[in-house]
Amino acid sequence: MSATIIRNGRIVDPANNRDESGDLLIVDGKIVDVSQLSTISSELDEIDGSNLVVCPGLIDIHVHLREPGFGHKETIASGARAAAAGGFSTIVCMPNTSPAADNPATIAWIKDRATETACVNVLPTGAISKNIAGEELASIGSLGRAGVVAITDDGHCVQNHELMRRAVEYARMVDLPVLDHCQDYNLVGNGVVHEGYWSTLLGLPGWPAAGEEAIVMRNILLAGLCDHHIHCQHISAAGSVRLIREARNRGVKISGEVCPHHIALTDEAIQNFDTNYKMNPPLRSKEDVNAILEGIADGTLSILCSDHAPHAGFEKEVEFDQAPFGIVGLETELGLFIDLLVHKHRKVDIKRLIGMYTVEPAKLLKLNAGTLSIGAPADVTLIDPDLEWTVRVDQFQSESRNSPFDQWKLKGRAVRTIVNGKTVWKL
Amino acid sequence: MNWNRKDLLGLRELSADEINFVLETADAFKQVGTREIKKVPALRGKTLINFFVEPSTRTRTSFELAAFRLSADVINISASTSSLTKGETLKDTARNLEALHADILVLRHGSAGAPQFLAQRLKSSVINAGDGAHEHPTQGLLDIYTIREKRGKIAGLHIVIVGDILFSRVARSNIFGLTKLGARVTLVGPSTLVPREFEKLGVAVSHKIDNVLPEADVVNLLRIQHERQRKEYFPGIGEYTTLFGLTKERAKLLKPECLVMHPGPINRGVEIDSEVADGLQSVILDQVTNGLAVRMAVLYLCGGIST
Repeated sequence: MSATIIRNGRIVDPANNRDESGDLLIVDGKIVDVSQLSTISSELDEIDGSNLVVCPGLIDIHVHLREPGFGHKETIASGARAAAAGGFSTIVCMPNTSPAADNPATIAWIKDRATETACVNVLPTGAISKNIAGEELASIGSLGRAGVVAITDDGHCVQNHELMRRAVEYARMVDLPVLDHCQDYNLVGNGVVHEGYWSTLLGLPGWPAAGEEAIVMRNILLAGLCDHHIHCQHISAAGSVRLIREARNRGVKISGEVCPHHIALTDEAIQNFDTNYKMNPPLRSKEDVNAILEGIADGTLSILCSDHAPHAGFEKEVEFDQAPFGIVGLETELGLFIDLLVHKHRKVDIKRLIGMYTVEPAKLLKLNAGTLSIGAPADVTLIDPDLEWTVRVDQFQSESRNSPFDQWKLKGRAVRTIVNGKTVWKL
Repeated sequence: MNWNRKDLLGLRELSADEINFVLETADAFKQVGTREIKKVPALRGKTLINFFVEPSTRTRTSFELAAFRLSADVINISASTSSLTKGETLKDTARNLEALHADILVLRHGSAGAPQFLAQRLKSSVINAGDGAHEHPTQGLLDIYTIREKRGKIAGLHIVIVGDILFSRVARSNIFGLTKLGARVTLVGPSTLVPREFEKLGVAVSHKIDNVLPEADVVNLLRIQHERQRKEYFPGIGEYTTLFGLTKERAKLLKPECLVMHPGPINRGVEIDSEVADGLQSVILDQVTNGLAVRMAVLYLCGGIST
């Protein structure tokens, strides 16, 4: 028997609508009613939770772990360490590996590798289409049996609406949610930055907001047609927020997520051609940032995530239009969101922010996680929402360093991450 | 004034004073071109590498000749003869060239921002000879030089730039330089190639060339890059000429003192009629001659800083 008690914390558990001071008891990797403390016979580990928020282990539903195939960017082990350092006990990895996670054998490999090497829970997604090529359906039912928590072609987007319709219908049968990277290839073309003032000034190919909005609209229509949930990944455009808000008000099964860079930065940041500001979808205008903030405030956008996309230095240190899209995010996202959403813009309180990282993703993916209910797995994150710190990319646990936030001063971060009752990381 | 830039990356970053200083320096070098001995020892012992990842004849030759006249040693590297075709990155190729003690790197590249990328990483001078659709600063400078030479000033003139603005680095360098010097700029072309977004750069946008030509002091025609098969941007060459070509008929709308310019290569009968290209108002070949003087000035100024 192993037992741990976290004393005098502010326990914030949105799944149970709980926000109160108290102690949290963990016995053998499970949350136990604190009134059972007198029955504990073994030695008790004590953690001081005073001045800290004690909440369910955070979930990031959008990360790229790069294994199999691209271990020089990140491994499942290093990505998991980065997650732990960011306050995450559960991460959901995208299928654009090599080979793509479009078959049960690759899913089994990822799960085995995670069991052997990862210090947090790693939940794989499977591809919608074979080889993420958008042409034929992947074996979605078999992927479900192999244990994927959702299907997505993330990084790519199924362009054929009919194929997408069948994927959504089929996913409904096997009870898997569909996550979609919203990008119309014809509208976006070879775009690398937001189409607007800065793309015009710099002569860089533009990626118009309409290229995202058109597919968000498509997904709203298909979610209605198929009566099944579609979750729109990394929303970046004001129009997407409007479309999702209107559809959710009508009861359509549609949702959207936000990455910190899409509210921390605008396309103005690209003017020195620094490829750490190149991501997909791209950084957009101030108006888009404001619309996303409003979407978070009114609940239209219900999930926070990183789109953690590690790339080696030599891959990013090339001409802007030739660099790969994406930045690492696991070790900065919580600090950025607390700093921006809670402190700076005051769009949500810390309880709602934690809800967007716990109960909301758990509900979407039907996970046994994201709660401090009695009997739940003891995944717990301790957060100091007022801790001031400076981002140092050279101290990242991730294998990669491609972040635009080096040297940013932030307020709020995780100070301890507990997975199944064991501390896997502490500050 | 003191020139303190080792690189020339674009005209957006230059002040009006700096642009004028380059033009005045070019005046001196233009005069050198009229002497019997056209060579000066300004860059003797320096090595210049013409690194042209995208094809070019006119600009490369102009830089090469400018460097010869300044007594620099010159090497030309094109995309097909560089190790880029063997998978080497731009950074590694450039660092190898620097390891050979290249003092000045003149870069033509298809990617916007490639010269910035190298300038941040190299001690050598980096001169942008055209990067994607971003900037072509020496072309902008030679256009401004030519206008100033022929019209005696820039401020207050109405400059009309016609053509494929969206994909044109020449247009952007002209816009940045001319507006800094107080000119009024109007962009003309199909709405797909001259989006309204350009108005935010402080210029006017028009899609009706016949309304604009009578008030122009300079018309700068850009080539329609039809070899890039931009079928989705305009219906065809014939329609382009009908709507935007500087035909003989249209040229009658121009004021007699209006200059006709073109950065070349020209497509006779497409964006400009032969008679207009060779007409009295045309300064197209003056642009080429002035390009040499302007590039000598740029190499002299930046090359002097890199030591």
